Amino acid sequence: MRQGFTCLLNNSMAEIKLLKGNEAIAHAAIRYGADGYFGYPITPQSEIMETLMDEQPWETTGMVVLQAESEVAAINMVYGGAACGKRVLTSSSSPGISLKQEGISYLAGTELPALIVNVMRGGPGLGTIQPSQADYFQAVKGGGHGDYRVITLAPASVQEMADYVALGFDLAFKYRNPAMILADGVIGQLMEKVELAPQKLRRTEAEIRKECPWAALGRPAGRQPNIHTSLELDSTVWEQYNIRFQAKYKAIEANEVRYEELYCDDAGYLIVAFGAAARISQKVVEIARKEGIKVGLFRPITLWPYPSKRLNSYKNKVKSILTVELNAGQMVEDVKLAVDCQIPVTYFGRMGGIIPTPQEVYNALKKIVNP
Amino acid sequence: MQHELIIAGFGGQGVLSMGKILAYSGLTEGKEVAWYPSYGPEQRGGTANVTVILSDERISSPVLNEYDIAVVLNQPSLDKFEKTVKKDGILLYDSSAITRKPSRKDIRIFEMNAFNTANGEGLGKVFNMMVLGGVLKVVPMVKLENVLAGLKKSIPERHHKYLPMNEKAILRGMELIQEITN
Repeated sequence: MRQGFTCLLNNSMAEIKLLKGNEAIAHAAIRYGADGYFGYPITPQSEIMETLMDEQPWETTGMVVLQAESEVAAINMVYGGAACGKRVLTSSSSPGISLKQEGISYLAGTELPALIVNVMRGGPGLGTIQPSQADYFQAVKGGGHGDYRVITLAPASVQEMADYVALGFDLAFKYRNPAMILADGVIGQLMEKVELAPQKLRRTEAEIRKECPWAALGRPAGRQPNIHTSLELDSTVWEQYNIRFQAKYKAIEANEVRYEELYCDDAGYLIVAFGAAARISQKVVEIARKEGIKVGLFRPITLWPYPSKRLNSYKNKVKSILTVELNAGQMVEDVKLAVDCQIPVTYFGRMGGIIPTPQEVYNALKKIVNP
Repeated sequence: MQHELIIAGFGGQGVLSMGKILAYSGLTEGKEVAWYPSYGPEQRGGTANVTVILSDERISSPVLNEYDIAVVLNQPSLDKFEKTVKKDGILLYDSSAITRKPSRKDIRIFEMNAFNTANGEGLGKVFNMMVLGGVLKVVPMVKLENVLAGLKKSIPERHHKYLPMNEKAILRGMELIQEITN
């Protein structure tokens, strides 16, 4: 990959733009000073690579943008870039993310930082191109093989699509762990106002060597080789690695939980939802409040680590909880665990690319308020 | 103040770009805006629609089941969206594409013959701007100068020579629009 350089950077200021969520991801990656994007097109996230190709960052920041021959190739290019301490990302939608799971497990097993974007569509299989949140389990419960976790961020606006590129990279490098932006087709296709951060320079190789002493950038004299592998035939050694991974995950769970609470202070009922489902639910909360129903919206931003502790604090405050998801009911399990099943937790959702309307969600809410 | 619109028609009629220009115009006025398209295969020749929301406050759901304003440019869209207009809301349609007129009595209905007029007056390419003119005449949710600024931002520079034609179409649309009294 080419070195970072300073010419031709005319994005030094923060800038307000009207962008699709997918476009925001692309702009944010360039402005963060990412070194490389590797991907393969799939609806509903193709605008990410299209925007990168339009912007031609290789002419300005020196960022590489490459359409790989497949999703599997793309994630392995990310694996290679990450091993060199580069800030690299890939993006896809559900079926493509399934293909990347082996690579994500390897990234976790070698403790390498990378950013993966999933703009979810309806599954299983090739499914539909319409929005979905049915990859929740895949993102937060494993996806690939082995005991590992992926830091999972769920944007609910175009602004957050842009912001979580930076946050995802920051967390990935802080913990040497893959991070994922788990968006849905609604947020990917939605166009909103977004403030883009000022352009950051890509790190020079000298800076990478200093900040990432583990990076495989060529061995200076007097240092042991930096070897990245997730293969260890001695199980006693590999168990020690696993113990270290788990300790890291505990630290992430302790430090990196993020969530948003709207109208929760006096709430007698709670809706829990993320991404597009949270936006729809926010409208429902506004309608319900006008009808005198005291309902709040709890929106997990980190799906892993999950804001379980904070949710637990509601078990003595609210009568019951409704989770709203664009899937068959996945996050509802984590909500039940969070409140120790001590209050009723019900689920409402639609599947296969169908988006519930505010009216449908309101009807579901009425059922828990007046059972 | 919040305006929730659905704009629907055949793919290729400029439905999505009309919504985009409206969103850009709102942005120019400092409003919160959301633009959410139907992005399925129906965009290619079938029915396309876009939800546009302009608001003074943070916008909650970009997915709606009822609208303040429905702009429909073909019969399937009228059939689909007439019932989604809020009570006392506005339905606006292009008469050339409509075979069954709307029947609701609890909304305001507006008609314009934009398609035939645009083609007859050499404005066929900016038919959607003529419709936008009609919409803005009924509900002046953004200023004309900001629409022109929004237009300038949303189309590539090589097409800026068409800006006067767009302005002409918007103004013509404002003349064409008529309220239907039931």
